Amino acid sequence: MSARPDMSVTIAGVTLKNPVMTASGTFGSGMEYGQFVDLNRLGAVVTKGVANQPWEGNPTPRVTEVYGGMLNAIGLQNPGIDVFIERDLAFLSQYDTKVIVNVCGHTEEEYLEVVERLAEEKRVDMLEINVSCPNVKEGAIAFGQKPDALCRITERIKKIAAQPVIMKLTPNVTDIAEMARAAEAGGADAISLINTLTGMKIDIERRCFVLANRTGGMSGPAIKPIAVRMVWQAAQAVQIPVIGMGGIASAEDAVEFLLAGASAVAVGAMNFHDPYLTEKVADGIEAYLVRHGIGRVTDLIGAVNG
Amino acid sequence: MDKITALVTESAELTPGIQSLTVRLPESTDWDVRPGQFAGLYPADGSMLLMRPISVCRWDPARRELRFVYRPAGAGTRSFTALREGDTIDLLGPLGNGYDTEALAGRHVLLLGGGIGVPPMLELAAALRNAGAETQVTAALGYRTDELFLAEDFRETGAEVLIATEDGTAGTKGTVLDAVREAGIRPDAVCACGPMPMLRAVKRYAEELGIDAWLSLEERMACGVGACLGCVVKTRETDAHSHVKNARICTEGPVFAAREVEIG
Repeated sequence: MSARPDMSVTIAGVTLKNPVMTASGTFGSGMEYGQFVDLNRLGAVVTKGVANQPWEGNPTPRVTEVYGGMLNAIGLQNPGIDVFIERDLAFLSQYDTKVIVNVCGHTEEEYLEVVERLAEEKRVDMLEINVSCPNVKEGAIAFGQKPDALCRITERIKKIAAQPVIMKLTPNVTDIAEMARAAEAGGADAISLINTLTGMKIDIERRCFVLANRTGGMSGPAIKPIAVRMVWQAAQAVQIPVIGMGGIASAEDAVEFLLAGASAVAVGAMNFHDPYLTEKVADGIEAYLVRHGIGRVTDLIGAVNG
Repeated sequence: MDKITALVTESAELTPGIQSLTVRLPESTDWDVRPGQFAGLYPADGSMLLMRPISVCRWDPARRELRFVYRPAGAGTRSFTALREGDTIDLLGPLGNGYDTEALAGRHVLLLGGGIGVPPMLELAAALRNAGAETQVTAALGYRTDELFLAEDFRETGAEVLIATEDGTAGTKGTVLDAVREAGIRPDAVCACGPMPMLRAVKRYAEELGIDAWLSLEERMACGVGACLGCVVKTRETDAHSHVKNARICTEGPVFAAREVEIG
């Protein structure tokens, strides 16, 4: 009998047991979906964005479905870093999985305050910096759409961060390769993409916007081809690892991202469709490796031909 | 809580625009469903990826059967009307907190259901029947017309039933509260499900009488399990989970004490 394939991947010196993560904002801090999946089976849990203070988020409606996907405009509601450390981080540290904390802010100083607080936390394995949320008015995406602003905030965060830093990129840009290079130039240890695509839905009977925020971020299977293309372009542009996400609904989708150049993948909106999906994706990638006689999952990274 | 595939045992139109759907859960499930809880029903068409939250109308634990009575509104709920006996449907549940029937036991409880808010009150009426002899239940049900779906089912639970219709073709012409005032009843507690203007009126009604009121709220949902923070309601106090004044309807709710929520 042949040995099981090696599913581990290493990103910025952090070794994950498998390349499957959760996409920030779709998995809380793992508590809710821990009822459905064994968190110990995941490569990493990426938390919902946390800020220096509690954020109330946007008015409702905050979510709506669209063909093959959904729009959200939650507005990064979160309980703030104090509660996060006390409750969510304490919860996650019971599990044998890597903890990646997603950090958000309105200003550079707000991001830095959270990064500084987390520097003391040994239970945090990596940071993911959300410079790509389309649903808050200040900060967030403003840092992710201009290469010089992205480079600068990455540099400032890197100076004080104790953990490796992943910059999460928005697809709402003209040239994703340029943004990937800007993050790399700022010293990012990795990049993750794609965040949601800005969308809109109008209720034609009531002639009003469906979301209170008017616009929302689109996610789900309908955006996957765009995400795969952008992951491939970003991976071509930089030397640092790329974490791929956007509409993953199956292990086959995840393999596509790996072949495009992702070193790991994240399952997002489809957790809402299938709360068991993260574990299924991990199992399915392993089955794919066995089926193709591939010994290590890392052999898939960027291995698309042509 | 889990996602399971259930067998459809009944699917029919009750009255124009109101559907009934009964499903049997697999033997392996250990669902314990409380009145006021809901389940997420998934359309078979994968392009509709989110579950549709629908309140439980009846729960028969012995047969593991759940009944939903719903109004087809969009493509997802319309797709459920095509289900036939023997078909299957995926469900996520049981979701939400439900009503605290112990807190209602021994009181004269007024149940208010408006339109598609009528069905969830039925399971509560049935549960309160077993909440001790001194528990008295009055159900005031509001409809548009004299298509009085489920009214007979409420009577079978032993509840006193009051009817209000918008067009005056049955019962009191007007709202459920008009019917309550006309009947001159004086409840100790009120539980309500219905459109937001009705819930606002119920909140004021309970404040005027100085009695406890619980409201079953709805909102557009994505995950249904408390992870995405899509379905929140403004609250008077900071809630223990969010640490802001925004509680999750799917998890802290859908049933809230009226005094705790800011619904305008």
